[in-house]
Amino acid sequence: MSPIIKTDGLSHIYSAGTVFEQAAIKDINVEINRGEFVGVIGHTGSGKSTLIQHFNGLLKPTSGKIFVEGEDIWEKPREIRRFRFKVGLVFQYPEYQLFEDTVYKDIAFGPTNMGLAEEEVDKRVREAAAFVELKPELLEKSPFELSGGQKRRAAIAGVIAMNPEVLILDEPTAGLDPRGRDRILGEIKEYHEQRSNTVLLVSHNMEDIARYAAKVMVLNQSRVFMYDTVESVFSRARELQEMGLSVPQVTKICLRLAQAGVEISPQTYTIKSAKARIIELLGRKRPNEAE
Amino acid sequence: MKLSDITIGQYFPGESPIHRMDPRTKLTLTMVYLIMLFTARNALALAVGVLFVLVSYPASGVSLRLILRSTKPVLPIIIFTGIFNLFLVAGEVVWSFWFLSITDEGIRVAAFMCVRILCLIAGSALLTYTTSPIALTDGIEMLFSPLKKLGAPVHEVAMMMTIALRFIPTLIEETEKIMSAQKARGADLESGNIFQRIRAMLPILIPLFVSAFRRAEELALAMECRCYHGGEGRTRMRILKVSWIDAAAVAFTAAFFSAVIAANIYAIDLAGMVSEL
Ligand SMILES: Nc1ncnc2c1ncn2[C@@H]1O[C@H](COP(=O)(O)OP(=O)(O)OP(=O)(O)O)[C@@H](O)[C@H]1O
Ligand SMILES: [Mg+2]
Repeated sequence: MSPIIKTDGLSHIYSAGTVFEQAAIKDINVEINRGEFVGVIGHTGSGKSTLIQHFNGLLKPTSGKIFVEGEDIWEKPREIRRFRFKVGLVFQYPEYQLFEDTVYKDIAFGPTNMGLAEEEVDKRVREAAAFVELKPELLEKSPFELSGGQKRRAAIAGVIAMNPEVLILDEPTAGLDPRGRDRILGEIKEYHEQRSNTVLLVSHNMEDIARYAAKVMVLNQSRVFMYDTVESVFSRARELQEMGLSVPQVTKICLRLAQAGVEISPQTYTIKSAKARIIELLGRKRPNEAE
Repeated sequence: MKLSDITIGQYFPGESPIHRMDPRTKLTLTMVYLIMLFTARNALALAVGVLFVLVSYPASGVSLRLILRSTKPVLPIIIFTGIFNLFLVAGEVVWSFWFLSITDEGIRVAAFMCVRILCLIAGSALLTYTTSPIALTDGIEMLFSPLKKLGAPVHEVAMMMTIALRFIPTLIEETEKIMSAQKARGADLESGNIFQRIRAMLPILIPLFVSAFRRAEELALAMECRCYHGGEGRTRMRILKVSWIDAAAVAFTAAFFSAVIAANIYAIDLAGMVSEL
């Protein structure tokens, strides 16, 4: 099957031709397959936000090409809007873009721009709101009356309502408490599983990436440094640490345990699997005290 | 044009003599220069005025390309003024078509106005390119401080200007972010007639206002937390000092101003002599 997003020698230079010139991404060649859940990591300023804004044509590459479903998106610049509906992008702090007088109208902004019929818009708004667990009575409220977490979820619903083939989220959990974070990521995971759409999640939280993503793209100094499964990326813990990134805490613990002679695989990325393994080991060593 | 291309009011840090001048001197001399431009009554005098900016820019280390960029947004105004003067000033008709006619005086006035406006912008841009906004408002506050005795809120106005200047880049950045976010949801900002376009701006303006108010509230709170209570008894971190560079700049400007006045008188004499003959 052809990849849903493919880039070919993609580079972007900000303020080209001035003293403020800065290359934000260089020679990016990646393929993202349909239905994948990809985590994007990289230290601050490595070009993550710049890269994902190319996928829906918000930024025009300085050189290189982007293909969405095999089509070069910049072939006909006038039709670029079509790709914005295919590749939905949720920015960092998306709640600052809410503007309508009701949450309902705000979520409907995207689908209405798509030119959908009113019933279809209504259906999509309600579905999207249900996905992010916004109660129907909240839909008639002003977005400015919602709590921080609710605003964030309303803004995400505004993109989900366009039912994009690819959903990209730039640090969707920045500034939320742990419960709000788990809730939003859980909802995104569920959306991914139900619709089997492609999801790209930019995050600084390795635990979240290990828990939700299947593949990880690591950006370092404007280039793609690794792009592989979670297992193989986090097994290169030392390289990640050298570039100022890290691996999930539970992986660090398992690494130490393995070094200390415990029979546990250092390729353990989630608390769930670590726990299962430790219980197994404990049960094996002291069968009488297992309880 | 991209929003970030606007350079008017932007400061380019540097170490040139003009950068090191006292902001009060720079403000005063810029005012003097503007007066100089309008004192010039003939081509020779105006040429002296043009020479003044042409000499000052190299001394500031700011590239000439930047002045050209700074005049770009006001180009329509310049062209409009030029055309307006060209056709509407009375004098001896040199060219006419239908109801339009161009007079010799019209050409002269139009050319003068265009050169003046260009110099005016280049001159004031030099001030903002080489003076940090903070220094600029400090200078304004001190220059106008005598008005405090009359009860004018000089400090408050200067503080407001500092804050406004400080937030221009922030607001531009914010506007670009919000525009991207709405475009990602399919907002169409480029097509449609003027009313459709104004309507299409609402999704950008509303979040922008909301965030500007939020920022203002946060800033007010942060200032109060640090016991800001107006200008009364406030001391400065940077004390403005007049140096020999300022003296030199004053002398330089005075020389040019004298040259402009001399050119005015000399050329009038010249015209008088011509008519006598
Ligand atoms: N609008 C812009 N104009 C000029 N330079 C920019 C702009 N946006 C980003 N950059 C620069 O491009 C580089 C990449 O920035 P980008 O925002 O893509 O990084 P990031 O990986 O998303 O970082 P973070 O984790 O902090 O969000 C940075 O060096 C940044 O300074
Ligand atoms: Mg970013």
